[in-house]
Amino acid sequence: MALFENLSDRMNHIFSKLRNRGKLTELEIKQAMREIRVALLEADVNYAVVKDFTAKVSEKALGEDILKSLTPAQQIVKIVNDELIALMGSTHQKLMVSDKQPTVYMMCGLQGAGKTTMCGKLVAYLKKQGKKTLLVACDVYRPAAIQQLKVVAGKVGTECFEMGQIKPVKIAEEGIKYALKNGYDTVIIDTAGRLHIDETLMDELVALKKAVKPTEILLVVDSMTGQDAVTVADTFNKTLDITGVIMTKLDGDTRGGAALSIKAVTGKPIKFNGTGEKPDDIEPFHPERMASRILGMGDVLTLIEKAQDAISQEEAIKLSKKLKENSFTLEDYLQQLDSMKKMGNINDMIAMIPGLGSKLKGTPQIDEKQIAHTKAIILSMTPQERRNPDIIKASRRKRIAAGSGTTIQEVNQLLKQFEMMKDMMARMQKGGLRGLRGLKGLPF
Amino acid sequence: MGFFQKIAEGIKKTKDAFSKKLFFAFSARALDDEFYDSLEEALLTADVGVTATENLIEELKDEIFKQKVKKPEDAREILRQLMIEDIDFDIPQYDYPLVILLSGVNGVGKTTAIGKLAHMFKQQGKSVVVAAADTFRAAASEQLEVWGQRAGVRVIRHNEGADPAAVVFDAISSAKARGNDVILIDTAGRLHNKKNLMAELQKICRVVERELPEADFRKFLVLDATTGQNAVSQAQIFSEDIETDGIILTKLDGTAKGGVVLAISDEIGLPVVYVGVGEKIDDLIPFDATDFINALL
Repeated sequence: MALFENLSDRMNHIFSKLRNRGKLTELEIKQAMREIRVALLEADVNYAVVKDFTAKVSEKALGEDILKSLTPAQQIVKIVNDELIALMGSTHQKLMVSDKQPTVYMMCGLQGAGKTTMCGKLVAYLKKQGKKTLLVACDVYRPAAIQQLKVVAGKVGTECFEMGQIKPVKIAEEGIKYALKNGYDTVIIDTAGRLHIDETLMDELVALKKAVKPTEILLVVDSMTGQDAVTVADTFNKTLDITGVIMTKLDGDTRGGAALSIKAVTGKPIKFNGTGEKPDDIEPFHPERMASRILGMGDVLTLIEKAQDAISQEEAIKLSKKLKENSFTLEDYLQQLDSMKKMGNINDMIAMIPGLGSKLKGTPQIDEKQIAHTKAIILSMTPQERRNPDIIKASRRKRIAAGSGTTIQEVNQLLKQFEMMKDMMARMQKGGLRGLRGLKGLPF
Repeated sequence: MGFFQKIAEGIKKTKDAFSKKLFFAFSARALDDEFYDSLEEALLTADVGVTATENLIEELKDEIFKQKVKKPEDAREILRQLMIEDIDFDIPQYDYPLVILLSGVNGVGKTTAIGKLAHMFKQQGKSVVVAAADTFRAAASEQLEVWGQRAGVRVIRHNEGADPAAVVFDAISSAKARGNDVILIDTAGRLHNKKNLMAELQKICRVVERELPEADFRKFLVLDATTGQNAVSQAQIFSEDIETDGIILTKLDGTAKGGVVLAISDEIGLPVVYVGVGEKIDDLIPFDATDFINALL
């Protein structure tokens, strides 16, 4: 598939022959819009939304002065990017909290969108904010759905309230009573996946809404959804007046144009992204990141934020001090490896780097196991050895290899790499810490 | 319910939306730009994709020129034929013992499709065993067990977190011992860009090939009809990594158009073998291009 790599590249290509330094002309805009239209359609933005959008952008771009620092190509991309962000809502919207306890969030969506998995993630997310959340199992149709929610609840350390396969309204009402009695301030109701055209099941959701008056009704949408996303979201919104949207499976290589379509059609904010299979794989929705993703320009901001999450300011200062004194040891290295792990899958992170993700497709990925091996080797050393690797001679190497289940060659390789790393760091020191300071927060 | 009724019913909603647009397209007075624009819109909103749509329209223009077609109705018939030709796949003929492995991204309906396939083979008088090789998702085995009971087939399962290849190994041993005809393998949903999970899938395939080399081994990718252009990427990577033989297109009972099948056929040439048209156990039917397009146009 001629997968559209990067809108910037294409724009650059269109404008490569032009050395226009004045205003954008109609012809240039028309050419650019053709490419933008294709880019958006390939990202699964709805046809009607694309049509409106390109019309609006053309109007904006026509006659606009080209900023001194930008080429015409960059100018167009900037306008498109800005408009996309504006359309998706300019800031992240937080979850609403009810004045009256408990706060109730009701999940809804098509089959397989990822509602049950998202329930667990929300519990983990709310837990970090000091909330105590009860899960209520109202998917009484799918085989083993209740069992799944129970397991999910166990993984995130909360309870799952269930009453078997009886009427969901009853379960939800009893669940809320249970929450109040047992000191839960938040309740998440998991519902069965359903087609938006299934009137019986849609009526069930309406009844559920009437009975429990949820603080928020969150529509869970698979980010890989195509043109139909508009129909689905519109129907759910008209029937239930949803309060927000959650996009799932954004750890895939989808461009996620559905997000734009849904926002354009429902006007409801997108609140979260699901980005993996673990409970912590949830991120607040950031319109600017989604915009660059839809345009195929990667997601640098998320990457930087992940790095900042994984390594505290304090650790970063300690590290830079160590680097300055050239007292970086294998113990510190071990800590760095752990920080990296906290950032999540390395390959996922690489895929987020603009222009790199798609180019790396097909090339062998970094083996997470390799990091585990490295850790095992370091852990098999004595504290003294870690602090002063120079003392590691033949017999110590043999012992370390045996202890970590690796080979002497692998131990040698690690020691050599570590020496090289230290050497590099020392040279960076001489070059000034200034360059490194900009990278504060990054593990290397 | 007959085959045609079922697929027609499943695609009824699709047809309503799609053919309304096509009706406008074809009721245009002449074969002008407006006509082609509305045609393009109809195809794009059906998830056919930019490239496949462009190709179809080019082909249509060629034919219109060659056959000197003047009327939109005739153009419609030509397009219908072109689309049928594009996806006119052969119905799979199996040899036994047969192993079918289902793979796909998360939430496309693999476990449900396994339940329906088990029922289908059972109805044909085959003895079926199911391997619950989704050991990752919470309660996946329990879900499959319920389908096993509904279809009346055995389900081989391990605990959550077990090696899926080991489950498959056990299922094959068990099938050999009992002389079963069909082994169905359910796998955990995985995004195609996760290399290590794709490697796990390759390992499962190696176990099947080693333990049952004489079997007819088919690998089907389960695709959600609601999926947009990412389905092409899924089809591409799954077929590269485990030599996928065909596609099972699920959730065609919604309003999704399933047009991405044409994009996949255009770019990868992977055939569609079955379509899922509902939640009941017999709601999985063999794919038929003529019926599919007839119901669509």
